Amino acid sequence: MIDFVAALVGPFRDIAGQPVFFVEVVLGGVFAGLLYSLVALGFVLIFKASGVFNFAQGAMVLFAALTLVGLMERGVPVIAAVAVTTAVMIGLAFVIERLVLRPLVNQEHIILFMATIGLNFFLEGFGEMLWGANVKKLDIGIPDRTFMVGAVQINELELTSAITAAVLVTVLAVFFQKTRIGRALRAVADDHEAALSIGIPLKTIWVVVWSIAGVVAIAAGIMWGAKSGVQFSLSLIALKALPVLILGGFTSVPGAIAGGLIIGIGEKIGEVYWGPLVGGAIENWFAYVVALAFLLVRPQGLFGEKIIERV
Amino acid sequence: MIYREAGQFKTSYAADQAIFPIAQDRVLAVCFLAAAFLVPVAASEYWLQAVLIPFLIYALAALGLNLLTGYAGQLSLGTGGFMAVGAYSAFKLTTTFPAVNVLVVFVLAGLAAAAVGLLFGIPSLRIKGFYLAVATLAAQFFLIWLFNRVGWFVNYAPSGTISAPPRTVLGVMTTGPHATAAVRYWVALGLAVLFALIAKNLVRGRVGRSWMAIRDRDIAAEIIGIRPLPTKLLAFGVSSFYCGVAGAEFVFLYLGTAETLAFDITLSFLVLFAVIIGGLGSILGSFLGAGFIVLVPIFLTNIPHLLGVPLPVAIQKEIELMVFGALIIFFLIVEPQGLARLWQITKEKLRLWPFPH
Repeated sequence: MIDFVAALVGPFRDIAGQPVFFVEVVLGGVFAGLLYSLVALGFVLIFKASGVFNFAQGAMVLFAALTLVGLMERGVPVIAAVAVTTAVMIGLAFVIERLVLRPLVNQEHIILFMATIGLNFFLEGFGEMLWGANVKKLDIGIPDRTFMVGAVQINELELTSAITAAVLVTVLAVFFQKTRIGRALRAVADDHEAALSIGIPLKTIWVVVWSIAGVVAIAAGIMWGAKSGVQFSLSLIALKALPVLILGGFTSVPGAIAGGLIIGIGEKIGEVYWGPLVGGAIENWFAYVVALAFLLVRPQGLFGEKIIERV
Repeated sequence: MIYREAGQFKTSYAADQAIFPIAQDRVLAVCFLAAAFLVPVAASEYWLQAVLIPFLIYALAALGLNLLTGYAGQLSLGTGGFMAVGAYSAFKLTTTFPAVNVLVVFVLAGLAAAAVGLLFGIPSLRIKGFYLAVATLAAQFFLIWLFNRVGWFVNYAPSGTISAPPRTVLGVMTTGPHATAAVRYWVALGLAVLFALIAKNLVRGRVGRSWMAIRDRDIAAEIIGIRPLPTKLLAFGVSSFYCGVAGAEFVFLYLGTAETLAFDITLSFLVLFAVIIGGLGSILGSFLGAGFIVLVPIFLTNIPHLLGVPLPVAIQKEIELMVFGALIIFFLIVEPQGLARLWQITKEKLRLWPFPH
């Protein structure tokens, strides 16, 4: 028993003993967390505007990254490749709206959820058929160098990613709060029918929202791809974004960011300091357990809308 | 003309509440069952091993998930995890107590899975809808990790796999490498029929009605006196029991040898597909859906051969993924209530046939 407690407490001594290493672990967590946030953001956008739990977000990230890499391998310059990929993702949003969402309008949430799982399979197969299944290196010209701030190592790539993510989130927040379309999106999220009755075109809104989610997927795909190569497992990060989502709340953009950071940092600290106790590789489920424990206290997540139930 | 219930009078409550109230249905069901038990006489080893046995096992798992998701309205993505609990506890039980009848082991493994299911069902009182679905993923990942990491579950086998040891039931080799496909098929069929019957009776009784009340409006159900916690937990328990038995069968009757990879999240999704494509809240639908998920990949693999266009394996796999995904979307659009609903429509049409009205 005493051994067990000692083993649990021991890591705290390590943290106090090596603060620099601890800061580096936290920074690694922040980076991973931001990437989770970017994926979770795609989920939140679509869920907010259409109530669809889009399981295919991970496949969209993979598809975007595959398209980008595929284009660059064929000699297209970075800027043009990003532009073409953006166009492809917007086109994809149109197709999805027309072929999947519109016929399924008014169906139960679970049906739409299943449809997005079908979409997930389709995109994975399609992307790999177009661009091949081997692991690809994505190089967009950001050097993978480290520099020192005080005693702490900082990776240039991670720093760039973090800044990009922050900019993206700010732009999205402004877009949601200040623009005409942003207001329409929020109206649709609040009440479909009321939004329709005051003349907001639902179909357009859906295309817009899926396009934005597609653009966010490109950003996530670039960062993740630059970090660990573009490969099939990229679509699995969708699963890692889910606990972020329930932690932050399905409907909250700031929630996605905060949730991502909490999960990212928590996961890294848990893995590095307490993981060895139970044989490691706890990253796969640690986030879920954190989120689950949190949900028991606050069922709607950190920033989710308060659940009010009526009969 | 043939399928018409005119002249069949119900003179007792028992007749009124029969599972198959129409005589034609009864005849059909009996014929179908008899045919199902006689299949091994005619079917080849390949058909039994590659199609019928997995079909029955997926059907049992789908039945379990359907009780939870279709009847009690609790979306779960942890099916693979609960099936793994069934498989690994069956393995542990039968290697620790080799004398115990393997059918008893299956039931005990189901009970072990039910206990785990109860544990992971506790959050369902606070968490609902998609939040719950994501929470059940915790069960999936945690359980798989546990079976991967803790050597005790695989009897410290260096390969980390479990394999079905040879066991006999009434002197007939049932599991292990020397059991014939026919015997394994009969065991799977017997269990599937038995548990389908139990499920059918569960859902049309008091328990099933309280599940459906919770599904339709949990607060209203609470107000009319259904206690949500025991009801939801019972749904999780029964569902996990079914999944656990299915998981034990998965290794003992179908795969023979398995590692945790066989029970990963893909399996959870596959079973969920079976439930949704078959029909939420339908016993028959669970079987139809299981048939769909077993047959479609086989068709997709064989079609290029039949057309005489040999494709590279990689491309074939990608096309399979695409077609499977597209088919799911297509089916959801055409009939969101599943194949069971199509069967109902067929029956309605049959009653009138050959007249238009």
